[in-house]
Amino acid sequence: MPIITYREALNQALREEMSRDDRVYLMGEEVGVYNGAYKVSKGLLEEFGENRVVDSPIAELGFAGIGVGSAMAGLRPVIEFMTWNFALLAIDQVVNSAAKMLYMSGGQYNVPIVFRGPNGAALQLGAQHSQAFESWLAHIPGIKVCSPGTPYDAKGLLKSAIRDDNPVVFLEGEMLYNTKGEVPEGEYLIPLGKADLKREGSDCTIVTSGKMVLVAMQVADQLAKEGIHLDVLDLLTIRPMDVEAIYASVRKTQRAVVLEEGWEICGIGAQVVDFIQRECFDHLDAPVLRVHQADVPMPYAKGLEKIAKPDAAKTIAAVKQVMYRA
Amino acid sequence: MATKKKTAAKGAPGTVRTAGDPALDREMLHSMLLQRRFEEKTGEAYALGKIGGFCHLYIGQEAVSTGIIGQLRADDYVIGTYRDHGQALARGITPRAVMAELFGRIDGCSRGKGGSMHLFDRNVNFLGGHGIVGSHVPLAAGVGFAIKYRGGDQVCVCFMGDSVVNIGAFHEALNMAALWKLPVLFVIENNRYGMGTAVERAAAVDDLSKRADGYTGMDGIVVDGMDVHAVRDAAGKAIERARTESRPSLLEVRTYRFRGHSMSDAVSGTYRSKDELDEYQAYDPVFSLRDAMVLASTMTVAEWEAMERDVAAIVQDAWDFADASPEPPPGALFEDVLVDTTS
Ligand SMILES: Cc1ncc(C[n+]2csc(CCOP(=O)(O)OP(=O)(O)O)c2C)c(N)n1
Ligand SMILES: [Mg+2]
Repeated sequence: MPIITYREALNQALREEMSRDDRVYLMGEEVGVYNGAYKVSKGLLEEFGENRVVDSPIAELGFAGIGVGSAMAGLRPVIEFMTWNFALLAIDQVVNSAAKMLYMSGGQYNVPIVFRGPNGAALQLGAQHSQAFESWLAHIPGIKVCSPGTPYDAKGLLKSAIRDDNPVVFLEGEMLYNTKGEVPEGEYLIPLGKADLKREGSDCTIVTSGKMVLVAMQVADQLAKEGIHLDVLDLLTIRPMDVEAIYASVRKTQRAVVLEEGWEICGIGAQVVDFIQRECFDHLDAPVLRVHQADVPMPYAKGLEKIAKPDAAKTIAAVKQVMYRA
Repeated sequence: MATKKKTAAKGAPGTVRTAGDPALDREMLHSMLLQRRFEEKTGEAYALGKIGGFCHLYIGQEAVSTGIIGQLRADDYVIGTYRDHGQALARGITPRAVMAELFGRIDGCSRGKGGSMHLFDRNVNFLGGHGIVGSHVPLAAGVGFAIKYRGGDQVCVCFMGDSVVNIGAFHEALNMAALWKLPVLFVIENNRYGMGTAVERAAAVDDLSKRADGYTGMDGIVVDGMDVHAVRDAAGKAIERARTESRPSLLEVRTYRFRGHSMSDAVSGTYRSKDELDEYQAYDPVFSLRDAMVLASTMTVAEWEAMERDVAAIVQDAWDFADASPEPPPGALFEDVLVDTTS
């Protein structure tokens, strides 16, 4: 099977879906002539022309709204945010327009749109460019939220997101674009709303998604050497969340750690822990622990940034604690 | 009349309205009178608690909706703000469906889930009333984008209040609409106030249509919003330009609202005087057209009275229909959050 980067996987998904359906177009800053700030849209302008690969001004609120309006009038836009930090300027269109339209029109106007771009911290980009917005977005009924961690998942999920008739928020990882993985040649789709058990073990479950999947896999490898075997459950889609997959895994392992990139307060982990305590209380052998970013804006200094971020060491410590092996 | 005020309707003071084509005049008068009487009834229903939440009446501004929407084709699009009852009726959403929506009933045009501020009707390409000031202006540009993408010749008309010209979304949308030559008519309904803030206390521009000057290729036009003929003519030209040349325009219509900002706001008092209100009411768009027609003998007083009766019956029927329509069942709560994906 070919091994390609996460970036190439996304590019293939865009290319295939744009070839398949001429209502699909890509709009955002630098997506065309520049080939994408992170080169995800490389070659698409050449292939599909400037009507379908549209370089926008730096006007997140405006072009996100243009996306929503065009979706109401029958197109299927993919709106690229250079990063999700900048999407805050457009959050009105995601939350107040896209997520509400179907409901407040009494079912008349659905909005088939994908808002995508890199999310989360890279390296030393400082406070304004290093934020993970999963929990902000997953809070909102009326949208779906995907957060793939591997090239295979990125491609299959993006294709499904583009075909979905609802607004989908698609969170990519800036640090993931260069990562590589196996991606089959032919067409495949990964359904939204289904988690993937990336590793099977019997001792403890790690519930995670996005970039943190790589950390969880590393943790699983390392702990296996110490005889601790983990279930690594990749949520893939954060809303709707595959709660059944969480329950099945936790009922088996009876222990869980939730690993996320973002902040603690009202984070994704808080929601996962709530689901677990409601449905798996009698199965638990230990309180569920969480691993997340420190509750501070991201510092610039290398050493500080490292200790602010969730990582393998913190996750291992949490797993050992729920295993009472600390 | 408010001649000293920079934003007073040009030509409004002392203008003698002229009647036009009798059939068209009758149609426009009927459209405006329906909005007027419907809105008065809406006020009554609100006082009785049949309508809840925020409710913004359109009374005084009817020439804007009637003049502009009358120039559209059935396959064109209309989008606007929370002050949307007038446009919805002018566009042809049935008075029954609008009233039922205001009452929060299942037969409402948004199935009781939108309310006064969120009227939608796919049958007439009415893309909603929107509640976040300025937010729908990019949506209108997006509709224009979709029209152009498909190579169609429809037009999207976007109604907005005067305060919208001060918000970022407006500028972002107008810039891209001009840049990409989108077939959109942006209409500022300058009723002199955004809630209690007079235009000149909020906008650092003396003439709102001048905002168009910032965007190459976009015409800025001002028109007297108390004169339905003037509105209709100006809109007709701008819509034609959008349709045939794919050019956006910014049309400032100088109008006035005769009621408070919403139901909780007094008609006059703190931010505007009773005198000012009276001055503008002398140029009532509905009655000035009626008077011009009677003067020109294109309508008799008896015909006017018959029109009043007809409109009253329509409005009463809308009320009765809305009152009899069931509330949405509890099961509707979880419907329409997401659609099942078909593609
Ligand atoms: C972004 C935003 N800020 C504030 C409000 C509250 N608000 C609702 S209507 C309004 C005034 C709008 O005035 P204008 O645009 O002139 O429209 P009009 O009500 O006169 O039709 C305000 C401040 C809002 N809905 N949205
Ligand atoms: Mg106003």
